[in-house]
Amino acid sequence: MDKITLTINGQEVKATRGMTVLEAAQSADIYVPTLCHYPDLEPYGGCRLCIVEIEKMRGLPTACTTPATDGMVVTTESSAIQQVRQTSLELILSTHPCDCLECHRRERCGPYDICLRHVAVTDRCVVCPANDNCELQQVADYIGVHELRIPRDTMPRTIDTSNPFFDLDRNRCILCARCVRACQEITGVGAIDMAYRGYGMKVATFGDMPLMDSICRSCGECMVRCPVGAITPKDTVLPEREVKTVCTYCGIGCSMYLGVKDDKVISVRGDEQGPANQGRLCVKGRFGIAEFVNHRERLTTPLIRKNGRLVKASWDEALDFIAGKLGKYRGDEVAVISSAKSTNEDNYVMQKLARAVLGTNNVDHCARL
Amino acid sequence: MTRAKPSNGNKERTIYVCQGTGCISGKSFEITEALKKAVKEQGLQGVNIDFTGCHGFCEQGPVAIVEPEGIFYAHVTVADVPEIVESHLRDGKPVERLFYKDPVSGEAIPYHKDIKFYSMQQRIVLRNCGRLNPERIEDYMAVGGYESLKKVLKEITPEQVIDEVKRSGLRGRGGAGFPTGTKWEFCHNAVGDQKYMICNADEGDPGAFMDRSTMEGDPHTVIEGMTIAAYAIGASEGYIYIRAEYPLAVKRVRLAIQQAEEKGFLGDKIQGSDFSLHIHVKEGAGAFVCGEETALLASIEGKRGMPRPRPPFPANSGLWGKPTTINNVKSLATVPVIIDKGTEWYASTGTEKSKGTCVFALTGKIANSGLIEVPMGIPLRKIIYEIGGGIPGNKKFKAVQTGGPSGGCLPESFLDQSVDYESLAAAGSMMGSGGMVVMDEETCMVDVARYFLSFTQAESCGKCVPCRIGTKQMLDILERICQGEGRPEDIPLLQQLGEQIKAGSLCGLGQTAPNPVLTTLRYFRDEYEAHINEKRCPALSCTKLISFYILPDKCQGCGICARECPTECIAGGKRMVHVIDQEKCVRCGTCLEVCPERFSAIIKVSAEEVDVPSEPIPVKEKPKAAAA
Repeated sequence: MDKITLTINGQEVKATRGMTVLEAAQSADIYVPTLCHYPDLEPYGGCRLCIVEIEKMRGLPTACTTPATDGMVVTTESSAIQQVRQTSLELILSTHPCDCLECHRRERCGPYDICLRHVAVTDRCVVCPANDNCELQQVADYIGVHELRIPRDTMPRTIDTSNPFFDLDRNRCILCARCVRACQEITGVGAIDMAYRGYGMKVATFGDMPLMDSICRSCGECMVRCPVGAITPKDTVLPEREVKTVCTYCGIGCSMYLGVKDDKVISVRGDEQGPANQGRLCVKGRFGIAEFVNHRERLTTPLIRKNGRLVKASWDEALDFIAGKLGKYRGDEVAVISSAKSTNEDNYVMQKLARAVLGTNNVDHCARL
Repeated sequence: MTRAKPSNGNKERTIYVCQGTGCISGKSFEITEALKKAVKEQGLQGVNIDFTGCHGFCEQGPVAIVEPEGIFYAHVTVADVPEIVESHLRDGKPVERLFYKDPVSGEAIPYHKDIKFYSMQQRIVLRNCGRLNPERIEDYMAVGGYESLKKVLKEITPEQVIDEVKRSGLRGRGGAGFPTGTKWEFCHNAVGDQKYMICNADEGDPGAFMDRSTMEGDPHTVIEGMTIAAYAIGASEGYIYIRAEYPLAVKRVRLAIQQAEEKGFLGDKIQGSDFSLHIHVKEGAGAFVCGEETALLASIEGKRGMPRPRPPFPANSGLWGKPTTINNVKSLATVPVIIDKGTEWYASTGTEKSKGTCVFALTGKIANSGLIEVPMGIPLRKIIYEIGGGIPGNKKFKAVQTGGPSGGCLPESFLDQSVDYESLAAAGSMMGSGGMVVMDEETCMVDVARYFLSFTQAESCGKCVPCRIGTKQMLDILERICQGEGRPEDIPLLQQLGEQIKAGSLCGLGQTAPNPVLTTLRYFRDEYEAHINEKRCPALSCTKLISFYILPDKCQGCGICARECPTECIAGGKRMVHVIDQEKCVRCGTCLEVCPERFSAIIKVSAEEVDVPSEPIPVKEKPKAAAA
């Protein structure tokens, strides 16, 4: 690895060649505000909040797009930077329901308090699923903008509720394009893109159709990256604790955290450290776990048919029963079909059992059928 | 060009009809056909009918030049064709009534070379425009075309070409003014298996048509310049990015590429050398921002036309990630001349830091609007009053805006300012791609700022916050001010927003969009203050702030105004002093236009109460209080 050294705010920072200035700063725990940057997406440079001053460079380059070079001298805070950041942030807030920042009760309210007055019903902090989990709030707190010199744009924008798993509320969208880039760069689907120009720009599908009528696969990678409450799951419940597990839907083995509340699975979060998925999940893993885990018809024990009725059994009982039955057959009398929901290792063991123990090559798999 | 005596009726003559876009809209196709037909009917020998690209003097269009005399005909119509053919082409007697008339002296000027609009210019980029048939490569070759390319391929190494261009001092004519040779050097030195040469012909400024006219009038010079540039940087593929709204330019450039390929000036192993270049035409879909080089690259790649931050610069990572050079049409059109006439010759024109000539599209309140090419360093006064022929209608000059919609508006005190990159930037404006809009005393500077911002705001791509939302907020404020709803705090807010949008935006569009507002705030702050504090528009232009009144001592009760008023808000009657109902009036100004000049009874005022009767009263009866 090619190591470089740069100076950020007078502090010597070791970085790897290829890193951006922002990544170098983050690696040294230097906070630079940003809304459009996301670690696994290509640099964009749209929100203009991560502007910094770099010696021998003109103007205020964005840290998220500027490659870090050896010997670079970077300043992340100055009055010129602060002024431009403040203006950019005010402009962003002018197109976003930002009463959650302006409300004078904000300091007094706890995270789950119900608000009964002070701001318009539709703008209340409690109606935003991202309240208290909003990057815009964090950035605004850091930069220190709590009132606007410019008027808020209250023109209503369309809300797309066609997707069964998440909503796209363009009123809250700040056009950071994380969702668009995730859909193109991460999933390779490209169901959404920026449509129209200038102030009329919005996130839209091909032909500006509802998401359900597009090629969207509902994976929710966009939703995960949304810094505000513009793309949010249909049912947002905050979990009490999380349990790490592996998705059972297929053999890939995506690592995930299940959110638990009242001993029930209520949410799913991809594990960014997961070697197979690096945080990514498909529609089944992200939105299909809680329903089937909590379903009343879900099988929790093996069943054995006795006298024409399925009766609950223990695993030992069931395995003994199967072994007893299989023991009667040899070779071509028997065939084995295994499941795509099992892991590669399980499937390997299954065919080993078929070939070495049962003595048959009649092995197949549901994914092929 | 030698000029024969006009009386020599037997001399072989060619009449060149302009077929630039402006003259085509004035029916120059029909004029050409009519000329051909008339010449055939008359059975004239030794008369050729041909066409050229834009002459630049679009104000006088359609224009035609008869060579070899150099007689210049302006405002030609199909009806004039028989007279031109019979009197001039047959009898050798030029048609005097079609001569250009000097706007100041009113004198008729027969010869092209004597017209001040042309004689004060120095044409390098536009040297062939209006002089040759753009659809024939032979015409271009006859005036020395492609000789520079041949010379480069035979005698000069790419490094030497770069050095020549560097020494000539040529700077990018797209607006930023980056030294062209240095740009080529970066790309030449960049490592890459494939390099691209791109000609930026996405001219989007409203009112600018210099790139269009160059491509329509002399496409081969662009191709020759581009081929030399590609040789210098080592590119084997080239793109000309032309906006699709320029169908004639697209057609002529495509034809020129085909002809150049046939003659061996393009394609594989050009002129027997090892150098190959294939040029493709990419038609832009009309987004203004695609003139920005990184947005242009995205557009060629088939992506949404949005700029990306630099570095990395296109010289290292451009089209499809390969080293790429992007030059403006005018920069490339200059290159063959530099190679031909030498760097010293080129560098002898212009100022110390800005060499050569610059092309401007001169428009607005000016007598001679059209396309001009002048040496760098020329004072604005000379452009406006000598080449441009001054402001029509004895109006007073108020401001000139240079550099397209993002340029700044400069007041009269800057008229002696030299036109070059540094001076214009110091004054808060810019060279830009070369728009030049002249404004007279009837232009409201707040409204001008609002207009230009409405353009840049609508053309913002939407990617970065300051440009997308900031320009909209500024526009909202300006609209309020123009409607008389401005607040005192608007001025500092506009100033702050403008400066921070400039500092914070991603690309040149946002970085320059506030210029018209900031310069008018700097030089015409009193107009903003009048709008905000007094609700008055000093130029009497903002409709919400003006009123029309009929003066009772002048009105003769003729009733024309009442008849013409679209909202029927003028009350009166025969021999009655007419009265405008201010509630109903929409301030269209029709009454003022139609009131006979000998009465001049209608006045336009702003933030003024004029004492007029509330009901129509008989004319001539001495008004009681109105005269006071």
